[in-house]
Amino acid sequence: MAQKIKIDPVSRIEGHLKIEVTVDGGVVKEAESSGTLFRGFEIILRGRDPRDAQRITQRVCGVCPTSHAMASTLNLDSAFGIAEDVPDNGRIMRNLILAGNYMQSHILHFFHLAALDYVDVTALADYDGEDPGMASIKAFIDRGELGPFFPRYEGDYRLSKAVNRAAVAAYVQALDMRRVAHEATAIWNTKMPHGSGIVPGGVTETPTADKIEAYHWKMNQLLDFTNSVYIPVLMEVAKAYLDHAGFGGGCGRYVSYGVFEMEPGGADYAGRKRFLNSGVTEAGGSSVQKLDASKITEDVHSSWLDGPDGLHPSSGQTNPAPGKKGGHSWLKSPRYDGKVGEVGPLARIYTNYVAGHAAVKEVVDGALAALGADAGALPSVLGRHAARALEAKLVAEAAAKWVLDLKPGEPVACDAPVPAEAQGMGLTEAPRGALGHWVNVKDGKIANYQLVVPTTWNAGPADASGQPGPIEQALIGSPVKDPENPFEVVRIVRSFDPCLACAVHMLDARGNDLGRYRIA
Amino acid sequence: MSETVEHGAVWLQGAGCSGCSVSLLNGLSPSVKNLLIDEIVPGQHVSLRFHATVMAGQGAPAVSVLEAAESGPDDGFILLLEGSVQTAEGGIYCTIGETAEGEHLTLADTAEKLGRKASLAIAIGTCAAYGGLPAAEPNPTGAMGLAEFFKERGVETPVVNIPGCPSHPDWIVGTIGMVLLGLTPEVDDVGRPKAFFGKLIHDNCPRRGYFDTGRFAKHFGDEGCLYELGCSGPYAYADCPNRQWNSGTNWPIKGGAPCMACVEPKFWDKYAPLYQKITEERMERFKVKRSAKG
Repeated sequence: MAQKIKIDPVSRIEGHLKIEVTVDGGVVKEAESSGTLFRGFEIILRGRDPRDAQRITQRVCGVCPTSHAMASTLNLDSAFGIAEDVPDNGRIMRNLILAGNYMQSHILHFFHLAALDYVDVTALADYDGEDPGMASIKAFIDRGELGPFFPRYEGDYRLSKAVNRAAVAAYVQALDMRRVAHEATAIWNTKMPHGSGIVPGGVTETPTADKIEAYHWKMNQLLDFTNSVYIPVLMEVAKAYLDHAGFGGGCGRYVSYGVFEMEPGGADYAGRKRFLNSGVTEAGGSSVQKLDASKITEDVHSSWLDGPDGLHPSSGQTNPAPGKKGGHSWLKSPRYDGKVGEVGPLARIYTNYVAGHAAVKEVVDGALAALGADAGALPSVLGRHAARALEAKLVAEAAAKWVLDLKPGEPVACDAPVPAEAQGMGLTEAPRGALGHWVNVKDGKIANYQLVVPTTWNAGPADASGQPGPIEQALIGSPVKDPENPFEVVRIVRSFDPCLACAVHMLDARGNDLGRYRIA
Repeated sequence: MSETVEHGAVWLQGAGCSGCSVSLLNGLSPSVKNLLIDEIVPGQHVSLRFHATVMAGQGAPAVSVLEAAESGPDDGFILLLEGSVQTAEGGIYCTIGETAEGEHLTLADTAEKLGRKASLAIAIGTCAAYGGLPAAEPNPTGAMGLAEFFKERGVETPVVNIPGCPSHPDWIVGTIGMVLLGLTPEVDDVGRPKAFFGKLIHDNCPRRGYFDTGRFAKHFGDEGCLYELGCSGPYAYADCPNRQWNSGTNWPIKGGAPCMACVEPKFWDKYAPLYQKITEERMERFKVKRSAKG
């Protein structure tokens, strides 16, 4: 007997998301993902000085503002024709800023967003030891006001008391660690969240030996935490929930734009040498296709937006249509070459694994061996969490070294005069996946500005040909043991680390043909 | 049962980005763990019953927490809002949940209903305080700050504004602490606690000496006052020069970036273009008060 389960709001994500599934015989048959907030950034951006775009677009999201600042600034560098002139100090500091926030975002996600699906805080209810942190949580439980840890689903917490306690202690320690990650980021980015350090042409901060040392040692601290707490706790969770390596895989096609420029270069960002490189690949595949940004299109078929389907973001046409028949989300449906694509740490790690990136292969093979699994387990709930943790390890390790290449006294930015007419595109990766910004400048002002963001790829609805989005596909076919406590559903959704503020930021011009872009 | 006084708190998120929540997590001392697990002030505990970003529950059970607050005793909790309230199209641009009976809850209606029951409302961040970015011209979704929304709907619960983009964790926790200690924060003419927003950034800026002697940075990375690069420090009331951000690590002007007065109402429009030097003519449009010198 088919049963509909509605989860609205989905908590422990960023933003406003509703998930609806139909379960029959203990299996998800249908799934719908809906973003329920719309703000209208593109309308607000139009007519403004292009340099304001990277301040404004950061506010799309308070968890990954650095990624939007980066995408926006790469976009402006491209439009202003200065991508090749960004000084090396600027290139490196931008990477350090991104890296610091990757660490914050991934730690936040595993511990403070995802963990409560697997970890039982009540394991501390009978704690009688000496550790003050654990004792304070027991005191909290004793007082009886248990928000925000209750209400919650019941019936599938599998960790032993000892592991639960260690995981709760790690949750608390992780609060400090993500704070440290933002301190590290702020060394170069003036403040977090929403720092002002990244500007067209470079950055505003000047490197000095003390700042270099401070960042280096905070990154080491984050690497130590990742190696000694984050990954081990994840491994304990994985062992207890190993069946979660067998479902939630979804579409199995991965799209990455690449991230962290490793050397100076021009505005062909996806083509540049990056720490994690761009590409498109499929689960089980043995080769990576070169990313071609002209193959990105968006449908609005299932969105509360009017307009044609299948347009490239550079010539998108959309009108908000709340209550449109057949629509159920403010998100569009981005597609690559007409097909669904997943973005995020799994996409980056999988693509670079197939491409033979030595450091990625080493950490992935090591983790799989520890779990007695093979690469076939990666497209799954656990695979996404593992990819995120392993990426954190790689990024912390690398960034601690990159900072030592800064040269105090050398320039940090080139000049960035605003041209009267220009077009640009910026491609990078937010922690949650592939992120692109496009701009069209006329009379020195923004005529049009577009974003296609990771969670739109992942949480977008079905397209005009009926292909469900990645989260929807990951849900379909997955088990649900107890419809009153549908753990599996929320664990699948959260494995994607959805960020809805990003996904529903934007609207295109109302019914205007915006012209084509040169893809640099 | 203990003798701790429990202060229920309901944190709603409107048209925002969660940056203020992320910022709150950056509090060094007291930390967010001190705020939510421990008795932040001895004998007083803040019980965060609803916060969509961190709460364990989801769906109808989570919504039932809001329903319990609405049907519970008057003054039974403090309402905290992050993100602006959107009122166009009946508030449909932001829905925050669905009841077990299938009723969609707009943020606007929920903020109104819970606002009436709350003992106090705290608007966290410039979006909740004054409308923020969603309310920037042309304000396509009818966004506004909480105090303005309450006035429209006839809700008399007092609102304290803790703006900033995002707000600073010390400002948020400090204000909550004042309330728990039974102190009424003294606020300025736009509802901000003077303890944090009483002093002009320009008057406390480490680069003020450069301004006073006419030495201005022309390029990013230069020494000098950032006025010619668009700095709005002369218009911003906040303690950033002293408190700084991220455990005292840095703050925009120290990091070489012009201040954009993110604590001020309508700053996205008033101080735009953000990287263009502010002139008499620009400020005349908004009749902004400037500090005595220059």
